[in-house]
Amino acid sequence: MLLIPCPHCGVRPENEFRYGGEAHIARPSRPDDLGDQQWADYLYMRTNTKGVHFERWRHIHGCARFFNCVRDTVSDRILETYPIGASAPGAAS
Amino acid sequence: MHRFSLLTLALGALTGHRTWAEQWRSPEPKAEYDAVIIGAGGHGLATAYYLAKEHGITNVAVLEKGWLGGGNTGRNTTIIRSNYLWDESAALYEHAVKLWESLSSELNYNVMYSPRGVMMLAHNTHDIQVLKRHVHSNRLNGIDNEWLTPEEAREFCPVLNIGKDIRYPVVGASLQRRGGTARHDAVAWGYARGASRRGVDIIENCAVQGIIRDVSGAVTGVETTRGTIRTKKVGVVAAGHTSVVMAMAGVRMPIESYPLQALVSEPVKPVFPCVVMSNTIHAYISQSDKGELVIGAGTDAYVSYSQTGGFHIAAHTLDAITELFPMFRRMKMLRNWGGIVDVTPDRSPIIGKTPVPGLFVNCGWGTGGFKATPGSGHVFAATMAEGEPHPLAAPFTLDRFRGGRLIDEAAAAAVAH
Repeated sequence: MLLIPCPHCGVRPENEFRYGGEAHIARPSRPDDLGDQQWADYLYMRTNTKGVHFERWRHIHGCARFFNCVRDTVSDRILETYPIGASAPGAAS
Repeated sequence: MHRFSLLTLALGALTGHRTWAEQWRSPEPKAEYDAVIIGAGGHGLATAYYLAKEHGITNVAVLEKGWLGGGNTGRNTTIIRSNYLWDESAALYEHAVKLWESLSSELNYNVMYSPRGVMMLAHNTHDIQVLKRHVHSNRLNGIDNEWLTPEEAREFCPVLNIGKDIRYPVVGASLQRRGGTARHDAVAWGYARGASRRGVDIIENCAVQGIIRDVSGAVTGVETTRGTIRTKKVGVVAAGHTSVVMAMAGVRMPIESYPLQALVSEPVKPVFPCVVMSNTIHAYISQSDKGELVIGAGTDAYVSYSQTGGFHIAAHTLDAITELFPMFRRMKMLRNWGGIVDVTPDRSPIIGKTPVPGLFVNCGWGTGGFKATPGSGHVFAATMAEGEPHPLAAPFTLDRFRGGRLIDEAAAAAVAH
């Protein structure tokens, strides 16, 4: 079981959380303008990184808030967590 | 290459079984092949076998970064069934079951296919509706599947607890009698032996590091840890690592990789006559011919390539197993492991062409690929040979996620996602 550092509640066991999938996939701001391929990219295509992965978790049995998490998907080691809305650590700007 | 028969076995016995030759060759990679398969699991080896046997394409290499059958082929719970909901899936999985029925004689290798029956339990009204819908849909597709009362379910599996006082009582079950199990390693070995005999090179310890393309974008070869190999056709059959391999050709996939756990008990005398699955309480179980209980758990929640998972997932499954089968409460578990499964949004596989000319993919089998091994290899070989999808593979294109014709088998997948 992972021990996950919630940015709001501290380190808590994994079964207090719900996994929220890949992070930083922005909902299209103008959905009417999207073609089929762009919809497929948004809805279905995933990076599925082997290595450092940016993902969301939600502390459903705690503060109930979403947050972002950086985890190595080979070792399952959590590198850091940061609030929702913040840009990815190490990303340009 | 020896053929196995009663006579050759008897002769082998007289010579202390010291005369058996290797079952497949281990050649050095050649500079060029007509086709390269990435991944020597069951599906990849079956693809190579049918390419050679049915399509006469024998100048084929199967590249494997580890050892043959060491990924999900050696990690699954060996269950075979075809009770899928939609016509497209039913046709594909039934194609596989028909091939299973004659696979041992086809390969001259005992894959120990045992149609002992697969029973899926219902615990609530929703389960009854979903399973009955599957029964009716299957029967319309000519696939055997029948509805059982709790008493009939216990008759079929006498150790099943149908008491009303458990947390999730059994209120009914569906039964596919032609479903069952097979010996997973033997499937990989049998296909490897058959393919190798027809000229296919199986190259282990050979990780693919890059996919080489020409100015038009078409595939011209692969870079590997054992040198560059030229080819115009590449079939990616890499299960949990599909996204990683496809990224080498710049193709994003609608796949996420999750650990799926299984465990086996100490071996005991035959006590469990069939396969029992429960989607609702996340457990399935059968007994191997060696006597171990083979137990399947759910997937972990998060993307991972670690081939392990959280202990609470396996423990949760054992909670369900011990309530359904109280006699197993004092059974000791021997091993627990994970395999990395490639899960698609609709829980159906992707078989066919990709946007890159010469690059084919067979993936997305998720939590239930073993049962499809012969059918998957058969239709994928036809797709690679002809350059166009086999009719049974045609609905399972990568393009369906763009067009929206998804084949939603989340209920039939029978593993908690």
